[in-house]
Amino acid sequence: MNETILFAVISLSAIGVISAVILYFVAQKFKVIEDPRIDIVNEKLPGANCGGCGLAGCRAFAEELVKTGDLSKLNCPVGGSDTMKEIAAVLGLVAEEKDPMIAVVRCNGSRANAPQKVSYEGASSCAFAHYLSAGESGCPNGCLGLGDCVVSCKFDAIYISEETGLPVVSDEKCVACGACVTACPRSIIELRKKGKKDRRIFVSCVNTEKGGPAKKNCSVACIGCGKCVKECPYEAITLVNNLAYIDYDKCRLCRKCEPVCPTGAILELNFPPRKEKAGDAEKTPEPVVAG
Amino acid sequence: MKTFALGGVHPEENKLSADKAIETLPLPGKVYVPVSQSLGAPSKVVVEKGAIVKTGQLIAKGESFISANVHSPVSGKVAKIDEVIDASGYKRQAVFIDVEGDEWDESIDRSPEIIREISAGRDTIVRKINEMGVVGLGGATFPSHVKLMVPDGKKAEYLLINGVECEPYLTSDHRLMLERGEEMLIGIQILKKALGVNKAFIGIENNKPDAISHLKTLCIKFEGIEVVPLKVKYPQGGEKQLIKAVVNREVPSGKLPIEVGCVVNNVGTAFAVYEAIQKNKPLIERVVTVTGKSVSKPANFMVRIGTPVSALIDQAGGLPDDTGKVISGGPMMGKALTSLDAPVVKGTSGILIMPENESRRAPQVNCIRCGRCITVCPMGLEPVLLAQLSENQLFERTEKERIMDCIECGSCHYTCPAGRPLLDYLRLGKNKTGILIRNRGKK
Repeated sequence: MNETILFAVISLSAIGVISAVILYFVAQKFKVIEDPRIDIVNEKLPGANCGGCGLAGCRAFAEELVKTGDLSKLNCPVGGSDTMKEIAAVLGLVAEEKDPMIAVVRCNGSRANAPQKVSYEGASSCAFAHYLSAGESGCPNGCLGLGDCVVSCKFDAIYISEETGLPVVSDEKCVACGACVTACPRSIIELRKKGKKDRRIFVSCVNTEKGGPAKKNCSVACIGCGKCVKECPYEAITLVNNLAYIDYDKCRLCRKCEPVCPTGAILELNFPPRKEKAGDAEKTPEPVVAG
Repeated sequence: MKTFALGGVHPEENKLSADKAIETLPLPGKVYVPVSQSLGAPSKVVVEKGAIVKTGQLIAKGESFISANVHSPVSGKVAKIDEVIDASGYKRQAVFIDVEGDEWDESIDRSPEIIREISAGRDTIVRKINEMGVVGLGGATFPSHVKLMVPDGKKAEYLLINGVECEPYLTSDHRLMLERGEEMLIGIQILKKALGVNKAFIGIENNKPDAISHLKTLCIKFEGIEVVPLKVKYPQGGEKQLIKAVVNREVPSGKLPIEVGCVVNNVGTAFAVYEAIQKNKPLIERVVTVTGKSVSKPANFMVRIGTPVSALIDQAGGLPDDTGKVISGGPMMGKALTSLDAPVVKGTSGILIMPENESRRAPQVNCIRCGRCITVCPMGLEPVLLAQLSENQLFERTEKERIMDCIECGSCHYTCPAGRPLLDYLRLGKNKTGILIRNRGKK
């Protein structure tokens, strides 16, 4: 009996020792040397794995950062400049100050502004509805309201408003990862500068039709009249394909373009109410729907 | 009786206009002729605003190999070249013509006499079919001359003529076979000559016994054409299904029918080929069925291309009050129109008006994994899987699961007890996967 136990213990110990020796040499041979900074950088990242940086996830972003050692091309939109500064400190680099961005829905074709002409009852997917027809209002560029952007958002920052049928982006939750920008089949959503005190001015329309047909489907469509282009003192507005576009890098938020727009396609968000001047009475701007 | 092997469904036939002879629709006041009416590259407009055109005059020229010419279907003045909402639901470039009289181009033979002698040679036939803008009239509008050019190393053995008309409600091909049977058979002989084949089969489902017996009688005079009656089953009119049913060959995945020595053309195409070669007449009119349970006078019209759909509906007794949907095409594969001003194009086989109570989709509930869609899929695919993958945008996987073989027949959608929008997702997936494959080719 004792012999059996002894035999088992000795043989198992022998196997253990031999295996340990083999494993030691194998481990030496196939040793993977990983930069310890990758782990440190990875811990600083938000860990959302949203893909907003253009890489497969936070770990991939950390690896890429450490490998290239170049901060100019890589940015974590979720963490923002604070995170980038911390990472820069770890890597001994200096992070550029980047303006925080936010997703902006450039369509104001709400149920009231762009009345429904036909009804759609197919699959609940903007991508398919876009493939099928111009949509319920008839605008070939407007929001379809089926929520592909909502599905794509990992931060719960976008929802479809019951009242207007349009997506609404939450200023607090949006991290500008750009998932909704890719998801929208009509490229309505754009990442724009968040602006001081969240103040933003943008053309809330992406319709490239001529004025007449555009206005027929939607009362707040950009008709490409060019009034805002003339009004802008900073040359921030360009008119391409019957559509005005405000360059957020050039725009100084002077608010001069908004009152001249004849259809109300230019939206301003989070500004204080305008002070009405006596001479400006006939030019009183239409009330703005914040969307 | 022959039919295809895999899957298939039996929707209600509802061939309401089967006994209505083809009437010529009075000329409309205006026509909108879309510039791009075939698969492939859009054609280029060759007339200007204000130009006076004659019926049959070229107005848009196909510039690449896969594209087709468009001819003026009426005589009159070009009002403008603008955009019109067509059956696609989007605005597309079209030539607007104000109709004045009906003056035809002199080169077109308008006599009712049937010309039986085929004098044109093989190359002339292919060139003329291209010039006359003939496209596949079954619905896919693939330019016909491309089908007639057999690629090197391949050999065509059989010409299959599709007279199946498996879509419920539609009767345009049925009436054409009955009324223009002889012309159509001459057209088939022309196609045979162009392809260098000796044998042609006309596949007809046995719900059209009159067409079968009529063509059988006529075929005695024509060598090498055989009528094949087929058991009724949707989607027998799909070319791969037709090949399987008639000659029992299976087209490999991702390949064209020529791979198994077959070329398939629609009966309407055969008739258009006859007119193009023997009468020098471009494809400017076609038979369109206007039908629906609530329509007071279901009919088959010979319609000039570009006629607004509303003109056809007026002629069939007007739009019923309880209309829920107006569909261009049949109920299975057709597409609901968003505007009644949409013009008839070369691929419009029918206008179906559905009453409100029939036009709504069944409420959508969860998939119960019953597998009925897999049973009925005539291509042996798994619609449930493909739809889920498309919904989640996994287009690399849809490609592996052979989504490009889907013929969009809608059998899966039709049979789904949970009312899942399977066809919608399959169409989306096919479109996106196609883009993925094309982009890969570019790199």
